[in-house]
Parts: sequence; C-alpha cells; structure tokens
Amino acid sequence: MAIRWGNYKVKGFHDELLRATGRPRAASKMLCDYMRALKDKEIEDYKAAAELAIHVMGITFRVYSEEEGAIDRAWPFDIIPRIIDKKEWEQVEAGLKQRVKALNLFIDDIYNKQHIIRDGIFPADLLEDSSNFRKECIGIKPPRKVWAHICGSDLVRDDKGTVYVLEDNLRVPSGVSYMLENRQVMKRVFPDLFDDVSILPVDDYPSQLYETLLSISPRRVKDPVVAVLTPGIYNSAYFEHAYLAQQMGAELVEGSDLVVDDDDIVYMRTIEGQTRVDVIYRRIDDLFLDPEVFNPDSMLGVPGLMRAWKAGNVGLANAPGAGVADDKVVYAYVPEIIRYYLKEEPLIANVPTYKCINKDDREYVLGNLDKLVVKPANESGGYGMLIGPQATKEEREQFGRLIKRDPRNYIAQPMLILSTAPTLVGTHVEPRHLDLRPFILSGKDTFVTTGGLTRVALKKGSTVVNSSQGGGSKDTWIVDMEGE
Amino acid sequence: MSMLSRVANSIYWLGRYVERAENTARLINVNSHLLMDLPKRVRLGWAPIIDIFGTNHEFYDHYTEADERSVLRFLTSNLNNPSSILSSLSHARENARTIRDIIPREVGEKINENFIYAREHVNEALTQRGRFEYMRNIITGSQTLTGMLAGTMTHDEGYSFLRMGRNLERADMTTRIIDVRSATLLPTDNEELTPFENIQWVSVLKSMTAYQMYRRAMRLQVRRPDVLRFLFQNRVFPRSVYHASCEVEDCINHLPRSEKSLKTLKSLQKKLLKAKPEELRQEQLHEFIDELQLGLASVNGEITANYF
Repeated sequence: MAIRWGNYKVKGFHDELLRATGRPRAASKMLCDYMRALKDKEIEDYKAAAELAIHVMGITFRVYSEEEGAIDRAWPFDIIPRIIDKKEWEQVEAGLKQRVKALNLFIDDIYNKQHIIRDGIFPADLLEDSSNFRKECIGIKPPRKVWAHICGSDLVRDDKGTVYVLEDNLRVPSGVSYMLENRQVMKRVFPDLFDDVSILPVDDYPSQLYETLLSISPRRVKDPVVAVLTPGIYNSAYFEHAYLAQQMGAELVEGSDLVVDDDDIVYMRTIEGQTRVDVIYRRIDDLFLDPEVFNPDSMLGVPGLMRAWKAGNVGLANAPGAGVADDKVVYAYVPEIIRYYLKEEPLIANVPTYKCINKDDREYVLGNLDKLVVKPANESGGYGMLIGPQATKEEREQFGRLIKRDPRNYIAQPMLILSTAPTLVGTHVEPRHLDLRPFILSGKDTFVTTGGLTRVALKKGSTVVNSSQGGGSKDTWIVDMEGE
Repeated sequence: MSMLSRVANSIYWLGRYVERAENTARLINVNSHLLMDLPKRVRLGWAPIIDIFGTNHEFYDHYTEADERSVLRFLTSNLNNPSSILSSLSHARENARTIRDIIPREVGEKINENFIYAREHVNEALTQRGRFEYMRNIITGSQTLTGMLAGTMTHDEGYSFLRMGRNLERADMTTRIIDVRSATLLPTDNEELTPFENIQWVSVLKSMTAYQMYRRAMRLQVRRPDVLRFLFQNRVFPRSVYHASCEVEDCINHLPRSEKSLKTLKSLQKKLLKAKPEELRQEQLHEFIDELQLGLASVNGEITANYF
C-alpha cells in the first residue's frame, strides 16, 4: 500500500511529523517526501535491514514473564524517526538544565539544612514517608553538591502541542544505550538521508558521561579509575551497563569484584592484587548497594561502600538517596522547588497533579477516577498504574480502596492525549503515541543529550511505551533548519 | 589499568571451553576411525572413552550401557557432562556474556552462533553418516574463534589468559587422545593385531590434523615411538604437549607475580622431555599420561590460586 500522507489521520492529536493530513511540518518535509517515494518492496527491505542490524549488533533487553522466565528480546524499533526542530529543542534543553539544577539543590538541602521545609514550602511529613529518603545520607556533602549526576526525564506532548515533564528518574535511569544504538541502526539503513538533512549527532554522550564521572573523583590524579557497577548478566539493563563501560573505556564490575578495607578505600580485585577505584557509576539500587548499611542480604552490593563514600574516598553516581526527588509526590512540588531555589519560573511545565494526601485533591480524585491516571509514588516502568478511562469498574473501585488506605502513596493526573508520530504497520503508516526520555548529566559541567530516547506504544491507541509492555522505539532527530 | 580477577577467570575459561569443544569432537573422530579400522572381534566399542574423560560416574548416572548411541549422546548433547560439546559451548557462551565489554563484538556473535549450530544439529552427530560433517563444523567453529581472537583482540594480559586456558586444555586433551590408543584399550601382545598397529597410529595423527606435519617433521614411517615422541615432545607442532606447555610458559611470563606458576610448569616440562617413548610400554604409557594430567592440573591450580 506504501506510504500515503493523504490517508494519514492527524485529527484530534498533535502529530510530531505532520501539521495536518498530507502536510508535513517544515523539519520533516524532506523525510516525508523520501518515505512517500518508497515502494512496498523497498519498505520491506529497509525494515529487514534494520532488524538485521539490531540482531547483528546484539541489541537486546530482558523481560520477565511468569510462563517463560527471563528471555532476551531484540529491541523493537520503528524505522521512521521522530523529528524535532533545533530551535524548539534548545528551549526544552534550557528547561531541563534548569529543572535538574533545582532538583540537585533540593536534594542537597533535604539531606543538610532543610531550608525548604523550614520556609514552609515543602511539608516535612512527606519526607518521613518517602520510600526513597535515606536517613543514612543526612549530613553528607558530595563533591560539587551534585547528587543526581545522571537524570532521565520523561517528556510528553499533549494535543495542544505543549511539552510537559511526566516524571524525573534520578536513581538509575536506563535507555541511553538504545538512543545511541538507534542512531547507528539508522545510519546503516538510511545513509543517504543523512546527506540531505542536517541531523545533529548524538554520539558525544559516552565521553560526556566519562567527563562527568571524572569530575567527581575525590583524588586529583592523572587517570582516576572509573568503574560501572552492574548487578550482573541477569539484570534487564545489563546490555547497557556493558555498552557504556565499553564506550567509556571504564571497568565493568560486579559487587564481588570490589572490596572496602579498614582504610575506607574502595579497591577492585585484579590479577595484580588490589587496585584503588575512584569513581563508581553504580547501576544497582540504593537498598542493595551496601549490606553493612542497607539490605543486609544483598549479594549484589559492596560491604563498606557507604563508609568509603562518607569518608570522601570514592565518587558515587548517582549519589545514594538521590531518588528522594523522583518520588511522584515530590514531583508535584517541582515547580515550587524551581521557584524557591532559582527564583525563576519553570521553563517546562509539570503535568497538573493531584496529591491524594491533600483532602481536597483526594476527594476530587476519588470522584473522577474514570477521567484520571493514578500512579503509585514509587514504582517505575508503568507498573501498578490505573488508566481510568480504559479501566473496568472493578479496577477503579480497587484503586479507590488503595488510595483511601495509603493516600500518601498516590497521585493522579488528567489523562493527557499524547502526541503521535507515523509508525510503520506492515508497509503503511499509522499514528502511534510516544514520549521522549532525554538524559541530563551534571558534574563540573551540565550536558543534555541531543534529543533522547523516543519510546513509542506500538499497540494501536495504547499510551504505554515501556519496552517491557509492548513499547518500541524510534531514532530521534534534532534537525537544524537554519539556512534551509 | 590492571585486569579484574573475575574477568581474567572468565577469559581463561572461555579459552578452555572453546578448545574443549574442539577436542571432544576430535576425540569422537579418532574413536570412530579406530572402530572402522579394527577387525570386528577385537573392537572395544565406546566404553573406554568414558574412562578417558574420567566421567564414569556421570555417565552411569544417566545411562545403563556404554553403547555407541549413549556414549555419543553423552559426549555431544548431555549437559551434565562438563566435557560434552554442548556444555562446553554453552559454558563458553556464559563466560563470554560476562565479559562483553572485553571481547570484540563479532567474537561474541560467533560464540553464540557455534552454540546454536551445535544444539540444532545435534541429532546428526548421532548418525554415522552425519557425524563427520558435524564434528568438522564444531572443529572449524572453534578454530574460527581462535583466529578471530588472534586477529582482533588486543594482545594484552586478557589475551594471555585466553591463550593459557586454550593451551592447558589442549595439552590435557592431547594426552587423552593418545590414551585412547594406550594400553587399556588394545592388547598389543596379540601377534595377530600387529599389522593394525601402524594404521591406528595414522588415524590418531589424522584426528589431530597432525599426519602431514608428522611426515614433514619426522620423515619416517608411522611408528608408535615416533608418533609418541612427536605428540609429546615436538617443539613446533601446535598440538603437541610440549608446544602447548611452551605457549603457557610464554603467557605466564607476560603476567605479574608469576614465579610459582612458572616453577610448577617447568617441573612438568622437565618430566615431559625426560621421557623415552620407545621405553613406554602400555602400562607405563598410561601411568605417564596420568602423571602429565596431574601436572597440568597443578598448573591450573596455581593459576587459579594466584590470579582468580
């Protein structure tokens, strides 16, 4: 059937590539013309080439199901990229930098003087109930006062075209390796498109990450030793851990490779004996990081790691306790947090959020469950969510009970009509909902990825973009239109 | 930056397992040939192979009789047998997965591919007709990996561990392949069998792709003492025990804190070179092989204690 932009339905949505049926946006015009000229056979060939590239490059992720246990799946990928004009992106980028700067100030304040609580902006009891607040971190001052060195913020756009931050991931956000690999796949499959369109490169990320990590090294030595700490090959993001270590030329270590001696210094066990480690990019959750302090049964962590960190002998990214700011209830306060610390208005909006802990909000939520999306405060990956308009009556009633039992743990947001982009279904295109996860690095300097990871819900009408639940991804192009 | 002990351990075992798959295939080949060459009434079948691997216990846990089909299944697809082709390749794959950042990507893919081939074609190994093709592909698969690693992986300490694992495994398996032809298998005091003796040594050489090299190096008829001398003591043939031990020596010399491992290896080499194969009758040959295997095991023990 080939690609006919005249048959592509845009009505009711904001589409990322087309202004209206048959009418591409300026930045996407070149791509849309290119796609329209393809024959069915060529589309099939390009899809097959992309699948082959993904297979050959070994891009996989792990999913868990009750029937089959853990399986490695090839990364589902749509060959039509998502395009953003560079001018628009620059504003988003500024907004992200502002947001992460304020979040880092917030975390540092929370674990130290707590001005924001004393000034009555942020309620103290929220902190006590937060499952990501680590009392073990109170009084610690990490280098440069940065706690969240790597942040992945999920952005969405509604039917009016407004960009919102949906959530911030400040613990161990993943996905950046897929952003980098998606670009590699596209370059292999459509080399000619890169000649015609000015697409900004994305592959600076590993060196920026490395620079960020070096900047928190406690030792001023010429070549600090940087290690990526992974839970091991059974973790769903192991591919990414290995990939980033390889790209940075850092060591990929497991907990059992590291040891903290009585001198509170972290060493790795090598064939030459023990070698000192300066910076650890840890991809293990807080609670498994150090059995001396957190979960005593953890086999993944390193006994004594917190001692070494508190003594200032090792840099940890992200710092333990940074997750306190990605609690979904804390999210609701981010606009106030930005105003409080930076004396600025937020450049990117938050999705309007009802905090079930407030009586008025809770009553509204309980009365309007059929219109709202309800999220638990501390879950990620789309688990444990209620999508009101699509849920059954029983599911809504069950969530009503959950909220009443533990109001602190729930927030609710209006159902956003997420933007769409054309996605291949067979050899024709249909609109599918998507989001965007850019990554923000904070150390000596601040970097934002050029675009980020676009995740797309491959099921018709679905808005769940998580790869574990039927999501796929697209390459994200920031296109420079100056001089076009 | 110095290498993590865990990573060194994984590379070492990757080297061993890739080599083991190849050698198990070679061993199956040598026995198949041998059975075809011998007169029917003295054929000893497949039971001695189980002995040679030292896996009697595991075998009789799963099978009642050492018939061709059971032994072949045990040597190719049985995952409880650590020397079976499929377990070797699956262990190679698991080891490779944990060092994805160290070995070249293409190598990782090839390791995967070898395992998938071995698994999907395993039934062919059970038939006499399909067996040689299957074993040939297993052998070529391992050799391709060895070549890819030699040509694309940095020849640093990690590569030394890989080569060390490969050569220790190879030395061990060469002694086992010779053992197939040693005293426990065939009564040589039987006059009647003497004419077969040389033919059988030819098949041993061929199973190690050693026939041509033997002819070039020794310029002699194929005779037992010369074959033994060649396979044990030759300095330049890559599958001889002495050559493999020299490769290990070279690797150890590239590693830190190597004095003890080197000493253990040296004493093994001394024993190896001192031996006079023409004086080794059946019984003594088998004992000598046992001694070598113990020596190789203690080198392995030293390396493990020192680095992993």
